[in-house]
Amino acid sequence: MSTPQVRVIAGDSAQEDRRDENRLQEQKTLVEVEHLKKYFPIRGGFFSHAVGSVRAVDDVTFDIRQGETFGLVGESGCGKSTLGRVILRLQEPTAGIVRFDGVDLTRLRPRQMRKMRQQMQIIFQDPFGSLNPRFTIGDIIAEPLVVHGVAKGREIEERVAELMRLVGLDPSRRNHYPHEFSGGQRQRVGIARALALNPKFIVADEAVSALDVSVQSQVINLLSDLQDELGLTYLFIAHGLNVVRHISDRVGVMYLGKLAEIAETDEIFGHAAHPYTAALLSAMPVPNPHRKRERIVLQGEVPSPAHPPQGCRFHTRCPFAQQRCREEEPQMREISAGHWVACHFPMGDVA
Amino acid sequence: MIAQTGQMPVPEPTLPERPESLMRAAWRRFRRNPLAMGGLVVFVIFAILAILAPWIAPYNPASIDLFNSDAPPSWQHLLGTDDSGRDIFTRILYGSRVSMLVGVLVAIGSVLIGCIVGAVAGYFGGWLDTVLMRIIDVMLSLPALFINILVLAIFGASFYLMILILVLTSWMGVARLVRGEFLQLREMQYVEAAKAAGASSVRIMFNHLLRNATAPIIVNATLMVGGAILTESALSFLGLGVQPPQTSWGQMLNNAQEYMLTNPMLAVYPGVCIFLVVLSVNFIGDGIRDALDPRQKAHIPKRRIAQWRDRFLKSST
Repeated sequence: MSTPQVRVIAGDSAQEDRRDENRLQEQKTLVEVEHLKKYFPIRGGFFSHAVGSVRAVDDVTFDIRQGETFGLVGESGCGKSTLGRVILRLQEPTAGIVRFDGVDLTRLRPRQMRKMRQQMQIIFQDPFGSLNPRFTIGDIIAEPLVVHGVAKGREIEERVAELMRLVGLDPSRRNHYPHEFSGGQRQRVGIARALALNPKFIVADEAVSALDVSVQSQVINLLSDLQDELGLTYLFIAHGLNVVRHISDRVGVMYLGKLAEIAETDEIFGHAAHPYTAALLSAMPVPNPHRKRERIVLQGEVPSPAHPPQGCRFHTRCPFAQQRCREEEPQMREISAGHWVACHFPMGDVA
Repeated sequence: MIAQTGQMPVPEPTLPERPESLMRAAWRRFRRNPLAMGGLVVFVIFAILAILAPWIAPYNPASIDLFNSDAPPSWQHLLGTDDSGRDIFTRILYGSRVSMLVGVLVAIGSVLIGCIVGAVAGYFGGWLDTVLMRIIDVMLSLPALFINILVLAIFGASFYLMILILVLTSWMGVARLVRGEFLQLREMQYVEAAKAAGASSVRIMFNHLLRNATAPIIVNATLMVGGAILTESALSFLGLGVQPPQTSWGQMLNNAQEYMLTNPMLAVYPGVCIFLVVLSVNFIGDGIRDALDPRQKAHIPKRRIAQWRDRFLKSST
């Protein structure tokens, strides 16, 4: 199982080229998110009425192009997982629109939505909790096929075996239960389940965060191989920038329920414009002890999403914060082609 | 990857045979459980005796022989006769038909209703949960015996009506239990995964969650069998259950109360039967619960391990 790891390092430039080709061919937008909000009410008081709300996702707008991998990064609790779930309507949005292939998902009736789910799937972070302990692996992978009635009897068996081979599992183990598998194998089961219906779009919600590094690279390579073979579109949610850099075409940085910056991967890693992005990047370890870098160490804690700060949400921790940041909320604007940032004083601009 | 290295054989395109179905695996585990198998054997014997009662019973259960009352066990009357000279063995056989039918049907009925109500309340939550739970509270605060008496007195003492009433007054415990389990289980991530796969709420409730809630439900159901047999006896005592000359174990017990000091064996025979049936059902229930749990380790007896050790270890201690 060491071959894929080697490919990670050696195949980087080739992958880059291929992505460029993809980008030229397919500029069509698959997922459009407009002003999406998800507030969780905080209940309290005698009649448990809503006394406030946690703004997990607050007015997020972006789009994902067909065939690309959109990386979404941010620290724990910034709402990136919630965003992924709201896009798939696993949680109902408070406001806003999600368009998938031109269809407004937020207005679909439950039955229509269930049908729509054939085209969009999710891979979960926790390979232990996301598999029903009373189902065999075969039944878990077959579940989407059975639910949508796309295959019957022998066909299901064959498709399950095919999927298991695709993700590198032994089909003869399909009658075993999840507790008999390791974490990496279970994550493959989750991937096989997500692929069962040939979806167009997959949300990978920290799909590799729970795995150790060697298995991480295996799974990531598996995901990008599958993308090439099946033409998938990913929303790749992660908190590790290394992972995102390797797999993503474009990256969105999230802070406290809002998108701070969106740009192509190289642009983000080369010319980060938002101070928060810069801080994240400077926290990335560089495998070279002699290369000294200036580290931006953020002060303080993340403010509570129940009471986000006035003005720019990052101003409480931003080393470059000025009076304007405390008063006026910055809007997303395009500072160069395809590079969007929500900051009054983007770095490298005025300085 | 295997094909690339060229050392290992290429995986064959045909599908390997399906190793073992869930039910067969469960049966295999069930069979290895001596208590459960013992319970099953006892229960099956009782069931066969109940079904074949008209053919194996030596007497008519209602035929009175006042010249031979309170007879001790003999070859003519295997377990003796009661105060009216009726053959006790015959009456036990006929009584078992009523008692076992009541026990099993009531348990099945209340588990069905309880599971549906509890699943809906626990899974959907919110106002639906509140309404259903308040209905259960009301049902529980009404004395069950009172409702039984009322309905049976109005509509007449019919056997199936009695089973229906017993079911309708005993499903609340299961419903609460299932609701509690579901409240916990619905937060599991595999529920979200099923939702993402497009599974309907009904499918998630009864296919994904109920399987994970089986253990307490089965235990509860087995306890309910005994409870139903005893409730039936109480109703029979009040003249509302099984009508004489028909009989049941509960009725025989209540009959025996008067003669407790003169002929205590009248109470012992039906009592032992109830005890055996309830115990066997409990063992069966435990066996099913363990057999359905895929994480259950196969239990290897110490004797077997010792045998292996003798056979395969060179250095004997």
